[in-house]
Amino acid sequence: MLYINCPHCGLRSQNEFAYGGDATVKRPELNKEISDQEWDNFVYLRKSPRGKHLELWHHISGCRQWIKVERDTSTHEIFKTYKANEAIE
Amino acid sequence: MSQDFRLDNVGMVNREKKISFKFNGKKYFGFEGDTIASALIANGVHLVGRSFKYHRPRGFFGVGVDEPYAILQLDRNNERDPNIRATEQEIFEGLEVKSVNCWPSVNFDIGAINNFLKMFFPAGFYYKTFMWPPSFWYKIYEPFIRMAAGFGEASIKHDKERYEHKYEYCDLLITGSGPSGLASAYAAAKNGARVILAEDKPRFGGSLLTSDVNIGNQTGVEWTEKIIAELKSMPNVTVKNRSQVFGYYDHNMLVMSERISDHLPKTQKYLPKQRLWYIRANEVLISSGSIERPLVFGNNDTPGVMLSSAAKEYMKVYGVLVGKKPLIFTNNDSGYETAIEFKKNGVNPIILDTRSDPSSDIIAEAKNLNIEIKFSHVVVAAKGYKKVKSADIAKISDDKKELFNIENIECDCICVSGFWTPSIHLASQSGNKSKFNEKIDAFVPDKSKQKENTIGSANGIFTLEETIKDAFDKGFDVSNKITEKNNKVSVPTVVEKKSTDHDKFWCVPLPKGKSYKRFLDFQNDVAVSDIELALREGFRSIEHVKRYTTLGMATDQGKTSNLNGLQLVSDIENKVVPQVGHTTFRPPYTPVSIGAIVGREVGKHSKPTRKSPMHSWHEKNNAVFVDAGVWLRPRYYKQGNEGLFEASKREAKNVRQNVGVCDVTTLGKIDVKGPDAAEFLNRVYTNAWLKLPVGKARYGVMLREDGIVMDDGTTTRISKNHYHMTTTTAQAANVLSHLEYYLQLVWPELNVNVVSTTEQWAGAAIAGPNSRKLLMKLFPNLDVSNEGLPFMGYKEADLFGVPAKIYRISFSGELAYEINVESDNGYFMWEKIMEVGKEFQIQPYGTEALSTLRIEMGHVAGSELDGRTIPYDASLEGLVSKKKDFIGKRSLNRSAFTSTDREKLVGVVPIDKTTSIPEGSYIVKDPKAKLPNPKLGHVSASCWSVEHDNPFSLAIIKDGKNMIGQKLFAMSPLKNKTIPVEIVSSHYVDPEGKRVRS
Repeated sequence: MLYINCPHCGLRSQNEFAYGGDATVKRPELNKEISDQEWDNFVYLRKSPRGKHLELWHHISGCRQWIKVERDTSTHEIFKTYKANEAIE
Repeated sequence: MSQDFRLDNVGMVNREKKISFKFNGKKYFGFEGDTIASALIANGVHLVGRSFKYHRPRGFFGVGVDEPYAILQLDRNNERDPNIRATEQEIFEGLEVKSVNCWPSVNFDIGAINNFLKMFFPAGFYYKTFMWPPSFWYKIYEPFIRMAAGFGEASIKHDKERYEHKYEYCDLLITGSGPSGLASAYAAAKNGARVILAEDKPRFGGSLLTSDVNIGNQTGVEWTEKIIAELKSMPNVTVKNRSQVFGYYDHNMLVMSERISDHLPKTQKYLPKQRLWYIRANEVLISSGSIERPLVFGNNDTPGVMLSSAAKEYMKVYGVLVGKKPLIFTNNDSGYETAIEFKKNGVNPIILDTRSDPSSDIIAEAKNLNIEIKFSHVVVAAKGYKKVKSADIAKISDDKKELFNIENIECDCICVSGFWTPSIHLASQSGNKSKFNEKIDAFVPDKSKQKENTIGSANGIFTLEETIKDAFDKGFDVSNKITEKNNKVSVPTVVEKKSTDHDKFWCVPLPKGKSYKRFLDFQNDVAVSDIELALREGFRSIEHVKRYTTLGMATDQGKTSNLNGLQLVSDIENKVVPQVGHTTFRPPYTPVSIGAIVGREVGKHSKPTRKSPMHSWHEKNNAVFVDAGVWLRPRYYKQGNEGLFEASKREAKNVRQNVGVCDVTTLGKIDVKGPDAAEFLNRVYTNAWLKLPVGKARYGVMLREDGIVMDDGTTTRISKNHYHMTTTTAQAANVLSHLEYYLQLVWPELNVNVVSTTEQWAGAAIAGPNSRKLLMKLFPNLDVSNEGLPFMGYKEADLFGVPAKIYRISFSGELAYEINVESDNGYFMWEKIMEVGKEFQIQPYGTEALSTLRIEMGHVAGSELDGRTIPYDASLEGLVSKKKDFIGKRSLNRSAFTSTDREKLVGVVPIDKTTSIPEGSYIVKDPKAKLPNPKLGHVSASCWSVEHDNPFSLAIIKDGKNMIGQKLFAMSPLKNKTIPVEIVSSHYVDPEGKRVRS
């Protein structure tokens, strides 16, 4: 079970969180004309990298904040965690 | 039976307390502190089971977790516990155990015929035997395999025992209380670290309980007792026995199973049977020790052949002799310790040492004690069926290939020692890749992947002096990292006699003309010949060899068999062991009961149960409840002999005719507040929200980004910057997360906050033609006329002194209102509604009537919004704004979503107007068409229309909008029904929606 350092609450066990997927995906702006391909990329296509992955976790049984976690998908090492709106190093 | 093999005044069991127990129905005696194994051996019983495949007699092989043979089934408090290791389970008064894998009895086992048919059970016989014909699978092969598989039978009754979970945090977890565990725990605890020391056995000390050593001028046992007593007195230390750390998971989370009551006749009050500890450790020291390796020779599975360390432990800890004519077969010094122990207890052993000319203090001592030692000698084969009676022994050549002078000598047990295998399981589970240590011919942990270190013999350190010194250092270093303190304790002096010299030899060659079975894996009956066969058949990867032969796959997970198997593969393949590699170690290290894993989350406790504030009223009024997510909701209120059908019909009818009240507390409620709340809702919902005036509600639909309907509900503008959103009961939590996602991550610039208020409000829906009359009486000072409180209007008012919110919204298609009060006033509100409503023939209605009402109205709910439908499919396209953008809108332009013949919501009525259509039925054109019959769609919800007094269903069918009036068929192969139906509009009641606006 992962031990995730919530930037708001501190170290908490994984079972307080819900996984939220790739954190680098950016939703297209509202009212912007975009191609089917672009939209499909946003809705469906995700990379599944082995190694470093910036991902979203929702501290659902804690502060209810969405946070960003930089984690190695093969070793589960967590390098850094960020608040939702924090700049990523 | 008397305890013929019990030694006087030796061992640690409590001779004051005699305990009786039953094994295979027969009564035996032992002492408090005995395991089933030690007590049976004291009684001269060595036949305890039959092997898995060949049903060969099985005795005891080890003395702890590594035991491959003595797996029993236990009955305790009328509960069955399978897969109990006799070497671990302590006896208690009244204990009953029996053998497994044998019928009719362990002494006479029909299955033993397999032993004579063994040519038909080679490696991979499953894959070779049970192939053809395919029709044999169900009736012949599968029942046969099921009957033969497994160790014992699990109980099919509900387990009444309690199991607990505990979460714990510590600076340092130490797994095992042998010399290294004790030393490191002591050093770290003295340096201020918060330490948990876990020992799987009842007694602390590990090898110190049985080895003839001296630490700081004390015996191993004395030193152990002193250290444990001191650790126990320290507030920063938790010491646990009967506790197995069985799993090493991510981020230094380890799981430990504590057997609290398993050794007692009954689980004590206020204590669980077992407790599962989730331990988050800052650092871990793995001191799990090592397990003696067997030597492989003919019939080496005969009862009476066992590990020499086990024989020693039975003597020293339990005061029990495993035999009176022992043969010690060893390739290292460990066998000598056992031999000396026998000699001290008046028994004359013979030592066969594979080495030609070894020397050490302990060998000298054995010689001084006049123990007969035969160097360069091996056991060729054990003789005897249910117990060892003699052994063929031989001299072996220096290259270990030739046998000379085979002779038969009498013996009643053969104690084997093939040196030691470090228990690297936990280190390996942590991600630590192991490396092969040539000096000890075994794998040891390599670089730490997590915050873990392996110490003592688990790390391949086999001398006590080095172990103790290293463990004191590690304990200090690790604690110093955490506490930054520098309290170092001095390392005691150590005296030990045995050396670590050993012969690189594990498998005795077959003499010419003999074909003895030489077993590697004792639990799964994997012999040398099986491995040879697998390699001949082309299996190369050790992982494949393992799965094909089942080597190391049993409940003991190859604790005694793995390395000998690897050694054999590498010998045949002319490789070295590290080239062959080893199979993956996975948790659990030892079997863990399902009860412990589940803990207290069983039955009603498997999830929280939420009840509305009116719950006790429903109970008092004969409500029959139904699970709605985690909520308990009244399904119907039973009157007299009514069943579900009659009651829900009555309740629904009463809504259409008079007035009904339904508990809608469970609906999800979310407060949306902030200056940008309108803009936010406008982006979340498919319809327009910017112009909703204060005091008005609106029905809204929200989508996922992929265009699928996520949820629906009404949202009311309470004040300029305050909205009250409702969601369906089931989606409440998901919708809140969804809103938070967009507010926190996508549009952080919007100044909006959301919070769940589901539990803050109790809700009652009042529906039916009499509802306004009822409302006038409930709120005499409020104008509730159609003008004063129009459809989709909102008012705040006083309900007999209690503040209330009134929403004029309808789920039933009738004139209806929803009243919310603070949860604490919910019961009061409900009673008042019932009391005042009496004169209007009010009746409460449950979820079944609620469903009936919404289905015949054509209102969609969860069964239509099933995660596959877009607004069009559910006839919600009128709510999709063309002007503005919103979540998921772009997806609706995708070609599949714009095709004109999409499945769409319709109504379905059986032609005979009497046959109910099962939910889930397929709608087809021709019921007799060739299979697979092309399906037009499916029936999503069914009810008995109280308006028309006939069955009515909703269905989602292809090109639904052009199908109205068609005569089709609803087919339910599950219910074996084919019903001729007519497709009608989904609005079966009041299609113009006059009533809700009346």
